[in-house]
Amino acid sequence: MKPKTIIEKIWENHVVYREEGKPDLLYIDLHLVHEVTSPQAFEGLRQNGRKVRRPDLTFATMDHNVPTVNRFVITDEVARNQIAALERNCREFGIPLADLHSEEQGIVHVIGPELGLTQPGKTIVCGDSHTSTHGAFGALAFGIGTSEVEHVLATQTLWQHKPKTLQIRINGQLGKGVTAKDVILAIIGRYGVGVGTGYIIEFTGEAIRRMSMEERMTICNMSIEAGARAGLISPDETTFAYLRGRKYAPKGEEFDQAVERWRALASDEGAEYDKTIEIDASTIAPMVTWGTNPSMSTSVDGTVPDPEQFESETERNAVRRALEYMGLKPGMSITEIPVQHVFIGSCTNSRISDLREAAKIVKGQKVAPGVRALVVPGSQQVKKQAEEEGLAQIFLDAGFEWRDAGCSACLGMNPDIIPEGEHCASTSNRNFEGRQGKGARTHLVSPAMAAAAAIYGRFVDVRQLEAEPVR
Amino acid sequence: MKPFTIHRGKTAGIDRVNIDTDQIIPKQFLKRIERTGFGQFLFYDWRYLSDGTPNPEFELNRPENEGATILVAGDNFGCGSSREHAPWALQDYGFRAIIAPSFADIFYNNCLKNGLLPIRLDQEDVRYLLQQSERADYELTVSLEEQRVFDDEGFSRPFDIDPYRKKLLLKGWDEIDLTFVYESHIAAYEQKHCPRP
Repeated sequence: MKPKTIIEKIWENHVVYREEGKPDLLYIDLHLVHEVTSPQAFEGLRQNGRKVRRPDLTFATMDHNVPTVNRFVITDEVARNQIAALERNCREFGIPLADLHSEEQGIVHVIGPELGLTQPGKTIVCGDSHTSTHGAFGALAFGIGTSEVEHVLATQTLWQHKPKTLQIRINGQLGKGVTAKDVILAIIGRYGVGVGTGYIIEFTGEAIRRMSMEERMTICNMSIEAGARAGLISPDETTFAYLRGRKYAPKGEEFDQAVERWRALASDEGAEYDKTIEIDASTIAPMVTWGTNPSMSTSVDGTVPDPEQFESETERNAVRRALEYMGLKPGMSITEIPVQHVFIGSCTNSRISDLREAAKIVKGQKVAPGVRALVVPGSQQVKKQAEEEGLAQIFLDAGFEWRDAGCSACLGMNPDIIPEGEHCASTSNRNFEGRQGKGARTHLVSPAMAAAAAIYGRFVDVRQLEAEPVR
Repeated sequence: MKPFTIHRGKTAGIDRVNIDTDQIIPKQFLKRIERTGFGQFLFYDWRYLSDGTPNPEFELNRPENEGATILVAGDNFGCGSSREHAPWALQDYGFRAIIAPSFADIFYNNCLKNGLLPIRLDQEDVRYLLQQSERADYELTVSLEEQRVFDDEGFSRPFDIDPYRKKLLLKGWDEIDLTFVYESHIAAYEQKHCPRP
């Protein structure tokens, strides 16, 4: 039999109906819902007298609008309405909801895996582009718009054309101080924000195999920043070990049977991809973005580029515009950029291992004068665990603010906003103009790099921290 | 969905690449629970100065672009967030079609679900249309039936679109109603695979 990729296997397992000249009708195993992209979909159901076909395969939480201090006091009336609308809709349509009172509440892409809802081989959708995160488990997971949310609520299916496949192979081992975040930023930096458009990415190679589930989630999370709706990783022992004992994961004998099925999903030896990119892990350094899209980045020991060095006028214009927005000069060292804000959080980097990495750097240190630093755990469960492990105290002792779970300053839809003109070392995923607040200057980095920036008030190379103090 | 058959209108050009959905509709306007009324917030941070007055430098505020219904832009238009508020805002502002060399996948899908036609043309053709858009009197016709864009001055180019999506757009059909036709297939799938949380 012809060797197949995991993408083809999952796809074929989910075709409900196929006809020449039409997209395939795909079954959706898990539909995650949040407050921002769902109200119009529920309203559509009501107007047409439709029901939710499978509320049991749907799971909702609130994350985008949620304040991370005084979470029950939502002063923004429109945000409060949106949250109330989700509560009402879940009640009316019988959908399970992890609300602000639930200890399971958190960023939708953090709680799905944490609760064991995310499993290998599932098709998973959510009205959020970072749904690609769940691909870390060997699930086919992608973001959809509100019309598609309504379609899935009503029918539990979507009409989809099979995308092309792109293999990104990371060979060898990562150097010390280099993280999953640096890997995905390096991929996007080298190949551009459109490299994955029209494709599903499968990440393979030794460096990926060595990663924990949480590191894999960071990689898959930012597939969309490379243009791909979905990015995934074939499941292995690391995946199964993570899932064992999770609330919604199969139990006992059923778990062992599931593992057998999941194991068979991994891409076959010799499977063909439409395109393959190979990267040597040892060439990747800690990364910092200097511009206004995630491909505008360099290693921490690099400099801000000169627009004149770019090939096309379009690129030169884009870089000029980005540098003006960011308030940076060509040739400036990355380590000279002053940082006034630090945000450790978001669906990219707010899991327990991210907080542990950051805490290692922060322990016994103080946040630099003039820096405001925020740690926002991805879920209430992560928060609780970090408090039990003493991480919260490390951050508080150093002068960080310790918050409740939510999307927070990743997108500033809640009170956590970065002021105009200030630089923020952020563990989030998008450095678009205005993303963290109007005029805010975002630099995407790993949790360790963000923590170090908080201590030094500028970017420092975390690889040098343990060897000799930078100060 | 409003059907799309043929449309003639003025073009407006924004000569930038990677225009993301955070620019098309900034996050502070995503909290409404309706699908309508987003046009006033389209490109808000580019369109308005800090004091709330229109930014005269921004392309859509230029007099020659007043009343434009076809937007022309650079590569990877609509990248970033999946927010369908982006096509809602473009449509509510008055756009019926968007022309670019490439689009982000989620945004492209979202447009089709709303009767806003995304059209991929070659770089050189988009360059030509960006130049023409600087004129106040330039008009373009988009025919979905023929899959062609043309002007009165001899410019005429075919474009690709998935035949299934084309049919839905031409008729303005509700996709959910169509999918209900396959109810028995969905039920059979569920019977066989027993999907559960």
